[in-house]
Amino acid sequence: MPKDGGIGASSKRREDVRFLTGAGNYTDDINIRGQAYVHFLRSDIAHGTIKSIDTAAAARMPGVVRVFTGADFEGVGGMPCGWQVTDRHGQPMQEPAHPILAQGKVRHVGEPVAAVVADTAEQARDAAEAIVLDIDELPAVVDMKAALESGATKVHDDLNDNLCYDWGFVEENKDAVNKAFEDAAHVTSLELVNNRLVANPMEPRVAVGDYAKGTDDSTLYTTSQNPHVIRLLMGAFVLGIPEHKLRVVAPDVGGGFGTKIFHYQEEAFCTFAAKACNRPVKWTSSRTEAFISDAHGRDHVTKIELALDADNNFTAIRTETHANMGAYLSTFAPSIPTWLHGTLMAGNYKTPLIYVNVKAVFTNTVPVDAYRGAGRPEATFQLERVVDKAARELGVDPIALRRQNFITEFPYATPVAVEYDTGDYHGTMDKLEEMGDFAGFAARRSESEKNGKLRGLGVNCYIEACGIAPSNLVGQLGARAGLYESATVRVNATGGLVVMTGSHSHGQGHETSFAQVVAEMIGIDENMVEIVHGDTANTPMGMGTYGSRSIAVGGSAMVRATEKIINKAKKIASHLLEASEADIELKDGAFSVAGTDKSVAWGDVTLAAYVPHNYPLEDIEPGLEETAFYDPANFTYPSGAYACEVEVDPDTGKVTIERFAAADDFGNIINPMIVTGQVHGGIAQGIGQALLENCAYDENGQLLSASYMDYAMPRADDLPMFAVDHSSQTPCTHNPLGVKGCGEAGAIGSPPAVVNAVVDALQSAGTDVTHIDMPLSPDRVWEAMNG
Amino acid sequence: MYNFDVVKPTRIADAVKELSDSTESQPLGGGQTLIPTLKQRLASPDKLVSLSAIDEMRGVCTGEDGSICVGGATNHATVAAEAGGYPALAATAAHIGDPAVRNRGTIGGSLANNDPSACYPAAALGSGATIKTNAREIAADDYFQGMFATALDEGEIITEVRFPVPDKANYQKFVQPASRFALVGVFVAKYADGVRVAITGASNDGVFRWTEAEAALSSNFSADAIVGLSLSGDNMISDLHGTGDYRAHLCAVMTKRAVTAAA
Repeated sequence: MPKDGGIGASSKRREDVRFLTGAGNYTDDINIRGQAYVHFLRSDIAHGTIKSIDTAAAARMPGVVRVFTGADFEGVGGMPCGWQVTDRHGQPMQEPAHPILAQGKVRHVGEPVAAVVADTAEQARDAAEAIVLDIDELPAVVDMKAALESGATKVHDDLNDNLCYDWGFVEENKDAVNKAFEDAAHVTSLELVNNRLVANPMEPRVAVGDYAKGTDDSTLYTTSQNPHVIRLLMGAFVLGIPEHKLRVVAPDVGGGFGTKIFHYQEEAFCTFAAKACNRPVKWTSSRTEAFISDAHGRDHVTKIELALDADNNFTAIRTETHANMGAYLSTFAPSIPTWLHGTLMAGNYKTPLIYVNVKAVFTNTVPVDAYRGAGRPEATFQLERVVDKAARELGVDPIALRRQNFITEFPYATPVAVEYDTGDYHGTMDKLEEMGDFAGFAARRSESEKNGKLRGLGVNCYIEACGIAPSNLVGQLGARAGLYESATVRVNATGGLVVMTGSHSHGQGHETSFAQVVAEMIGIDENMVEIVHGDTANTPMGMGTYGSRSIAVGGSAMVRATEKIINKAKKIASHLLEASEADIELKDGAFSVAGTDKSVAWGDVTLAAYVPHNYPLEDIEPGLEETAFYDPANFTYPSGAYACEVEVDPDTGKVTIERFAAADDFGNIINPMIVTGQVHGGIAQGIGQALLENCAYDENGQLLSASYMDYAMPRADDLPMFAVDHSSQTPCTHNPLGVKGCGEAGAIGSPPAVVNAVVDALQSAGTDVTHIDMPLSPDRVWEAMNG
Repeated sequence: MYNFDVVKPTRIADAVKELSDSTESQPLGGGQTLIPTLKQRLASPDKLVSLSAIDEMRGVCTGEDGSICVGGATNHATVAAEAGGYPALAATAAHIGDPAVRNRGTIGGSLANNDPSACYPAAALGSGATIKTNAREIAADDYFQGMFATALDEGEIITEVRFPVPDKANYQKFVQPASRFALVGVFVAKYADGVRVAITGASNDGVFRWTEAEAALSSNFSADAIVGLSLSGDNMISDLHGTGDYRAHLCAVMTKRAVTAAA
């Protein structure tokens, strides 16, 4: 029976009414009286020395308020990096300066060099064209391996070389891993690329800076997934504005996918310029600017090796990855290929020995940082590809080989420093086999072959780590931030609640699902609960939304705060009911005395809290408002098994996805419909990576795929109907809701299934194709078959 | 975009005059290429002469010789809906771009632009169409002169395109995954006096006729007739989405499919 409201109900997303009727309030909808507009002049050269910037003509253009260059920001802090990785030798990573506007050199196409503030956006753009920029072009560093050769052109002249860090994990295990490979009965190795992606949220980035001269208060409206983080980084490290004089607002945000986590130059610029010009300053990114200034994702080149014993048990994994950082370190870039990637290399398998080496490299390209999944898709892809290849080499069933090596006992401490609390990998695989109708595959394959097509079936598993935590551990790993979450629950006199959460919703539906949790705890209607997020002025300090953390960490904070509310409300109820507090029970929105018919309604208690005429003032304060901060004891570990069935047209190389099934274990589920939607979106993006999306640079550092004419986004007709199931549930053991997180799973679990399926299809035609690098575009597939 | 004036004449003669008044003026068909170009500030005409209000340039009719006549300012959706007398032409129009493009973009605009990956050039060349302008009639074989190059003079307007209706025809498009323009598109038409095969998307020289395939198909209109025939990839477009050799291969695949679909 579907539930009618509360935890487990597929309540309709309340926010969709405003999103779908054009009544949302996005950052670009914010226009402040007297507002000026900024246009950034961006480098069209990947690497060069700035000889001169002549802004005189631009400054005289109509409507121009002021022209800024890097010289205006001397003494202002650069863009900070939020994570310091320590390399194999115990040395900190190389960390270059990252100016708001280019200083001395340009290092990627799209880097802002100058900025014009004018009365209108068109005037700003006109004037920017009048700036005379003289740049001496230098050789561009694009290829990661070439970047590390001795004598290679340096992206940053003041660093030793282009190597950000050389990370080994776990370094102490290296010799034992090497020994295991020497002793192996079989070794499968695979070299692969995890293709660079552009996140492309529907809403491009926007920033509006505002300054109140009378009070010296600064406000930034921005398209951010974590306004408090932006306030902290920009206030403390860039502009030197104390947090109490700085407000950051991230209103409705039209998709983030990771790329709106980071603190960007344009945010700092608009805040700075608003004060410098004493006018609000607005920037709205064009789609073209988004391609060359939003942090990109992925871009790993990896060699992975898997060692097996004579019984096909996995004995060791060894990987070497080159991870592209781009020209500068984006806010959390160093953590993605390390702590969010190396720690997941065990996957769902009890491999006893693992060694991960990552070389992070500077190149003359847009900075690379977290994109949906962030490190975990890269780990899953290489692991699930190499396991599939091993099964083919050994002539064993790929599902059987996986099952044989599954972790089955929990908690399980991996050799890569994390401890899985729960999971049931056979359970999700059982579910997948049922959903995928694998028994009927042979018949479907012959049907395809009759039509001149090849058919392939690919399966894979994944494990994810969500709700990165606890803070003291991540601090030891190099994080320069805490990773708790916060919530304030404010009960109004008439019984309605406002929950102010430090997490942020930019499409996830928190306003609906968070309200379901609180309503369930109190036993009231969901519509009595309002969720507020996105404004540092009215929410407690929170770390925002990314890494599928919101319900697991933010939801837990909200539960803790609501528990405090209930405890206090029980005290009030016990006074009103003249009973012992220990005897008070809360059910269906009423407090009653156990074993009696005496009760008092929720609304009567909340009214008493604010109109304390009959109230235990000597024991408790009036009012009903509580805050909680929740710092998790561990990550959560969602897991699952995915299957993809493809048809390949051997004449053209075109791949069509015929069937796709996803069996996930997200622990307990708050809103099944929202979870399904999250999985659908994640799979669409994963299939986009696998078949379509390719962020490509030429040897001069020019972005070849800088628009939708060349960057292929997945569209509805590229995708089949998805079969999605999340009935396998092993609740998380260490958070109060038993939830794990579902936002990234689809993007993590789907790319290897697609590639495994295409390889299966091609091998069915007798080819010896063992791998094709993503995206598996028609030309690549055809060339693999005919190369 | 930079500032410019827009005029919207209602007669061909007025449009021609507006265009001749200024060397910096430009005709505006459906704007599916020109408007994005202006938005990116890659062109700066001082005047756009819109052709969309000229009634005599709109609509589909059947000529006295049975050919299908499409007014130069007719949009793709109209051709898709009204060119039923030439089903392969209507089907080609029905699959250009997306609904927004098809309700704005015009046949005259497409042929005047002559994008090397556009569909209509293949239909026009494959049909041996006649491009009528305000000044003259141009045979399709003389009209297409390379990537983005045509026989049109400055200020010359395509007023109508006449398509002789073949016995059989079909257009097969293999789309570039991002833009969904033709990575390779092949238009095959069988007339009483022979078969025409026109290919778009593939060549550095824009749309072209595959004469070898035409000869083979003229004597045997079946996919088997072109088995063993191939084009060289040397002068084909090579980019992020496929090499010249891949495009050359697709030319043969799509030609066979078009013949099979038409036969």
